[in-house]
Amino acid sequence: MSGPEPQALEGAAEDPLAVALREELGEAIESARILGGDLTLQVRREAIAEVCAALKGKHGFTYLVDLCGVDFLGREPRFEVVYHLCSPAANRRVRLKVAAGEGEAAAVPSVTGVWRAANWPEREVWDLYGVRFAGHPDLTRILLWEGFNGHPLRKDFPIEGIDTGAAAGEDRKA
Amino acid sequence: MSDPLLQRGEEIELGFGPRHPAIRGVLRLNLRVDGDRIVDCRPVIGHVHRGIEKLLERQPYADNLPHTDRLDFASAAAANLAYAGAVEKLLGIVVPPRARYLRTILAELQRIASHLLWLGTHAADLGAMPPFFAALGERDGVLELCERYLEDYFESDVEADVEPGAGQDAGARLRLDGIRPGGLSHDPPAGWVERCREFVESFPARLDGCAGPLTENRLWKKRTVGLGVLSPEAAVDLGVTGPALRASGIAWDLRKALPYEAYGEVDFDVPVGRNGDTYDRYLVRVEEMRQANRIVAQCLDGLPDGPVLAELSALDAEAQTEIYHGIEGPRGEIGFYLVGDGTANPCRCHLRAPSFAHLQALSELCRGELVGDLVALIGTLDIALEEADR
Repeated sequence: MSGPEPQALEGAAEDPLAVALREELGEAIESARILGGDLTLQVRREAIAEVCAALKGKHGFTYLVDLCGVDFLGREPRFEVVYHLCSPAANRRVRLKVAAGEGEAAAVPSVTGVWRAANWPEREVWDLYGVRFAGHPDLTRILLWEGFNGHPLRKDFPIEGIDTGAAAGEDRKA
Repeated sequence: MSDPLLQRGEEIELGFGPRHPAIRGVLRLNLRVDGDRIVDCRPVIGHVHRGIEKLLERQPYADNLPHTDRLDFASAAAANLAYAGAVEKLLGIVVPPRARYLRTILAELQRIASHLLWLGTHAADLGAMPPFFAALGERDGVLELCERYLEDYFESDVEADVEPGAGQDAGARLRLDGIRPGGLSHDPPAGWVERCREFVESFPARLDGCAGPLTENRLWKKRTVGLGVLSPEAAVDLGVTGPALRASGIAWDLRKALPYEAYGEVDFDVPVGRNGDTYDRYLVRVEEMRQANRIVAQCLDGLPDGPVLAELSALDAEAQTEIYHGIEGPRGEIGFYLVGDGTANPCRCHLRAPSFAHLQALSELCRGELVGDLVALIGTLDIALEEADR
């Protein structure tokens, strides 16, 4: 997959929502494309919460359908956080993407302030990919346990797993 | 409430689960209670995390379907359809009309089975045993249809010296395995459509036998009316979908909003509640079973002829795009997000599980309710832990 071209509205120039968002939010929208039938906006990482708030408040995207991470091992930045929003009133979906890296400095602003629904999915992305969310009220592991070493959905995490001491019952000692 | 037994002005921590008879699955709730009132509830999930998404990402698109069967034991067809639909969209496969109708029939039969299981267990959790036996008995009829659907397909696997009758059990009562990207593995066996029609004709009356004793029951209403109220705003904000959302008064149903399979060609109503309480969620699900039955009847009447599987050469295509496909499962919106990176395997395969969102909403539902009502509150959300934990 090639990286998105900045400042472009490739293939989505006709979409009134893409045009309106570019006007309102300017540089925060890096590019807009139609992927798999849905308008897909590449959003500047620092601006994601602001863009989500605008989509929810002004454009009726009241429903956060899904939030997940993707690992493009070998690409820089390595991770992507993908948001699927839905506007029941307009009956349409929008996909937002944010490039993300590891560590505190590359943390993605949390959108839990926009939708409470984002709380668990953001924990899941942290748990499985090791991407941090700034401003999350409780960024703890969710599918694995605290103390687990590694982020299993990363492409370089071995499919056969790692020795956690689970068999010996050492892992869950609180 | 100022009853000193119910509220003592002093909070203690209480663990609930991970094994509990009212949870079909493994779920721990860390509660903070004041007397009998729940102050805070923090669900701890992941006990049955199997890394299914990791598995899905290392296999070719077409090989992944059996994994989706195992996401939700009560309605395998929903996850099957969501996955198959996503792959079809991604690779541009057109499903033949006969397969679209048959898949709609299977999905609605499984919606009925899932809701019946929910109805029976929810009633049993609240101490009403007769609906449990009635609903599970009815559900068995649906499961048998699902199993019969596969019997011819598995016939070759059955050894010849098995006693008569025994060979007819394919063993696929819960897992359908018949839905494929591109359609269905095979046509239903001879006589299946008639059997299905018989079931559909008698189902509404038999559903009355299951739900009838509850709907106007004083005790049932006492336990469920006004309990666990979810406002429409909170429901949307928390990502609640399906019957739980509609019980809060929002008529959002993907079968109507973004019709897939044959839903655009059949007539059905979307039941909506008013108060968003446990009783309304009950009413909505019972009515959904009637509507599902209507859909099956219409699909049987209008079942087109023709092949049930598309030419699958497209499955070798190497997609380099991405897709999200969500459908209306029995619990809510179940969807797959697929990212193709130009190889035969999905680079990313994420499941949007309704149970995951609903468990998150459980804290909201529990706040201020009594510990004794907790089993009703878990039941009313209709959660599958396998699907939430993945």
